[in-house]
Amino acid sequence: MTSELVIKDLHATVDDGAKAVLKGVNLTIRQGEVHALMGPNGSGKSTLSNAIMGHPHYQVTSGDILLDGESILEMEPNERARLGLFLAFQYPVAVPGVSMANFLRTAVSNVRGYTDQPMVSDNNRPGMVGSNLMPMREFRNELLSKMDEFHVDRSFAKRYLNEGFSGGEKKRVEILQMAMLQPKIAIMDETDSGLDIDALRVVSDGVNKLAGPGLGILLITHYQRILNYVQPDFVHVFFDGRIVISGGAELAHELEAKGYQWVKDEFGEAELVKA
Amino acid sequence: MATASDREALSGVKDDYQYGFSKPEEYVFKARKGLNHEVIDQMCDMKNEPDWMREFRHRSLDIFLSKPMPTWGADLSGIDFDDIYYYIKPTEKQGKSWDDIPASIKDTFDRLGIPEAERKFLAGVGAQYESEVVYHSLQEQWTKLGVIFLDTDSGLREHEDVFKEYFGSIIPPSDNKFAALNSAVWSGGSFLYVPKGVQVDIPLQAYFRINAQNMGQFERTLIIVEEGASVHYVEGCTAPIYASDSLHSAVVEIIIKDGGRCRYTTIQNWSNNVYNLVTKRARADKGATMEWVDANLGSKVTMKYPAVYMMGPKAHGEILSIAFAGRGQTLDAGGKVVHGAPNTSSKIISKSISKNGGRASYRGLLKVAKGATGSKSTVVCDALLLDDHSRSDTYPYIEIDEQDVQVGHEASVSKVNEEQLFYLMSRGLGEEEAATMIVSGFIEPMVKELPMEYAVEMNRLIQLQMEGSIG
Ligand SMILES: Nc1ncnc2c1ncn2[C@@H]1O[C@H](COP(=O)(O)OP(=O)(O)OP(=O)(O)O)[C@@H](O)[C@H]1O
Ligand SMILES: [Mg+2]
Repeated sequence: MTSELVIKDLHATVDDGAKAVLKGVNLTIRQGEVHALMGPNGSGKSTLSNAIMGHPHYQVTSGDILLDGESILEMEPNERARLGLFLAFQYPVAVPGVSMANFLRTAVSNVRGYTDQPMVSDNNRPGMVGSNLMPMREFRNELLSKMDEFHVDRSFAKRYLNEGFSGGEKKRVEILQMAMLQPKIAIMDETDSGLDIDALRVVSDGVNKLAGPGLGILLITHYQRILNYVQPDFVHVFFDGRIVISGGAELAHELEAKGYQWVKDEFGEAELVKA
Repeated sequence: MATASDREALSGVKDDYQYGFSKPEEYVFKARKGLNHEVIDQMCDMKNEPDWMREFRHRSLDIFLSKPMPTWGADLSGIDFDDIYYYIKPTEKQGKSWDDIPASIKDTFDRLGIPEAERKFLAGVGAQYESEVVYHSLQEQWTKLGVIFLDTDSGLREHEDVFKEYFGSIIPPSDNKFAALNSAVWSGGSFLYVPKGVQVDIPLQAYFRINAQNMGQFERTLIIVEEGASVHYVEGCTAPIYASDSLHSAVVEIIIKDGGRCRYTTIQNWSNNVYNLVTKRARADKGATMEWVDANLGSKVTMKYPAVYMMGPKAHGEILSIAFAGRGQTLDAGGKVVHGAPNTSSKIISKSISKNGGRASYRGLLKVAKGATGSKSTVVCDALLLDDHSRSDTYPYIEIDEQDVQVGHEASVSKVNEEQLFYLMSRGLGEEEAATMIVSGFIEPMVKELPMEYAVEMNRLIQLQMEGSIG
């Protein structure tokens, strides 16, 4: 069965309800599809990402988010992750003192269901406590091969998560995490921002490697250039809290050429009139 | 109708049971509760100690009685000095069997990953030990090199000359009320002597725990590291559950001669009714290095400020301190560094975590004496609060009597960051698991200094502490 994420007339606020940011978003993403979402700064793209993943600072006031027909609004972010949602952060967060390997092993063990199993202890090491994480050796092999595949230096396994990583390194590591967690639907919030040309190629190659029938992608971006590498099936223009135009890949070129002014002219007025 | 003696017998039975997993108390001798000169004499007779020690104890008792209770730090009003046994000598007999240990305690041991032999020991079903330490492991090879590693009572008996030369020289009884108390009634602890140039490259370990109801523990540890020698001493404490308050007041004295090195690691997880008031101090001579690694998780009240007195040029002192204060706990910890010679250097790193209304404080002293030119010191203290009703305070005292010094001090207080929590949760970690990971990361700079098995145990302890702390 093809999984689908359906966002229905979603309204959301931030700042304890003080500010309405999402004003009726409608979007369906199926496994196997690549959607590009473009829109001016502050229009609410990250808010949409956060709302989908369940960030506690963003309150959904009406509408719904359904994964395979089930509302996920009441679920904790970790439950959403386990159902196959993934968010590549616009600004990945540093967690000092926590090695990437340790973090990822715990994450993978949760998402793949290892942690549902009872603890088993390793009889060869008396006194060692049982564990229900993914077996160390297996995990290590997988991590190292994925690090090679996605061009993340192996030394990063021992480094503290995102701490002192450059902007580009953080983005690559987001892709690596996505590769390890194997989501069904991934939201990539400006994963292409702040990258030099080579990094952009690495990241878009990464996206292309992961893309396929098992993965639906919402690619949030400001730039046409990533779309030279990653072919979107759909392009949506996001403006003032909702999607105002949807089309095919050609829409991205049009935006690149004309900027957002025409969108503002067309839809900004309407909002003003409405308000 | 029950007679008075029946009632007494019955109440005795009941008491035995209420001890939970403390073993039946079979002692060849048990002093009365409370403390006076007569108790000291009894103790000295039992231990067959030399006269100078007897005098030392009596003198210390006078000092203890004359000193007021400290009024700073934590609330110590719950200590009743008259309601404590000051000396108990164990019999040779074995205690109860492993089957008698409650499942909850076994479960805790399981989850801490404590090896079988040590579990029995910790649960009080292994070798008998109370005030006297009977557990020491020391590789034979070190003995051949002249390393002495004994419990302190045996140290006094078997090596009186060295013992007498250093005992009480770093922490005199007059230092503070609790050092005086320890000096009067000390029992057990470790005596460690590392001869010139000997490098002991595996950590030496000792375990202590409180067992008898209401019994104070007053271990006395004395470590002498001769010129160019080095040693790592590890002390882990786990205490069972008690019905009433317990007092633990240890004294640790360390002397490191020229070019020597000593690291003293403590992981302490007393049950939450223990007053843990410890005086730890090291003297580092020329070019010597002292490192205290001190982690405090349990107890009702902990007051502990390991100190390094750098008395020779180029001596170096380091203190890594961790305190985790939960409900009803006050952990007042930190460190003292005293620069008493030129070109000495020191570093204090303190990490505290408070949750469920717990209170963790950093209290530190940095002193640079006149003439200690070219000395350098850094103090970093970071506090992490897990909720709004917990508390963290910082009391850095700095006394500098020399111009030519470099001193840095940084302090931070932070809350568990919601963005970090969300990031980790979005990757599939539950909220508690995510918070635990953030806390483990916070103390990682210290945990990575621990020997492997202690690092594992430490992380397990943090997990146990974090259980139920969310939601
Ligand atoms: N946690 C928050 N607290 C207060 N305001 C917020 C918060 N998050 C977002 N906002 C506000 O909501 C609006 C939308 O922000 P959002 O980050 O979703 O925009 P964006 O489309 O992702 O912009 P960009 O292209 O710059 O990343 C902005 O006005 C922003 O200031
Ligand atoms: Mg954004």
